[in-house]
Amino acid sequence: MENSLPADYYRLLEDLQAVDFVLVELTLYLDTHPNDTASIDQFNHYAHERKKLKKAIESKYGPMQQYGNSYSGKPWDWNKGPWPWQV
Amino acid sequence: MWIYEKKLQYPVRVSTCNPRLAKFLIEQYGGADGELAAALRYLNQRYSIPDKVIGLLTDIGTEEFAHLEMIATMVVKLTKDATPQQMRDAGLDAHYANHDSALFYHNAAGVPWTASYIQAKGDPIADLYEDIAAEEKARATYQWLIDMSDDPDLNDGLRFLREREIIHSMRFREAVEILKEERDRKTVF
Repeated sequence: MENSLPADYYRLLEDLQAVDFVLVELTLYLDTHPNDTASIDQFNHYAHERKKLKKAIESKYGPMQQYGNSYSGKPWDWNKGPWPWQV
Repeated sequence: MWIYEKKLQYPVRVSTCNPRLAKFLIEQYGGADGELAAALRYLNQRYSIPDKVIGLLTDIGTEEFAHLEMIATMVVKLTKDATPQQMRDAGLDAHYANHDSALFYHNAAGVPWTASYIQAKGDPIADLYEDIAAEEKARATYQWLIDMSDDPDLNDGLRFLREREIIHSMRFREAVEILKEERDRKTVF
């Protein structure tokens, strides 16, 4: 599985990792600064960005999450790699 | 409920096969101040901490599992091409005898993880001070690992994790202030 993925996969993944870094940072920050409305606006903006990126990755490379948080192709494609430690 | 996502929090790359570095990194996998201890410590403290801090403990505890997966990925990548002779030369022969190439929750010296590494006092200030100390100890451990490593790709990931410890420590310090403020307000009517 390793190194058989196109450069596009790594680019999209890094885009998502970058947006998610902003979201993790803002989540922890807002946990202790719940009245910072400018940061909440930024949070909501990036939450929307992540939805778009997740959709773009999943349409090409399969589900990122399961338990119904992602759609499945046929056959069931959650078991299909690569898993994070394999790329 | 937890939802797993099929991606690392931050990309993990290594330059070369290096089982000796993997042996050291296991400290952050199953050591006293490692990521497993951190995740279990915070998620367990949630049930008795004041409401204002539950969200923070949940979110930092959850992030620690993402860090645990990053450490596992580093270990896998540093050891996957190693021969038994290389594992032996790196001091991983005892690990190999018991676990082959499987990961296990023990520290760099092979001592298995134990719940006595973590505390739950039920006193919010005592618990949060323990959390701050844990983050500082983990930050120091990442520094020692970076100091011992000559792998620039690995160090990029380790530096990211070191910085996260600093952020977590800062957020826990803020949580202490939030609780002090709430306590002081309650005594004045």
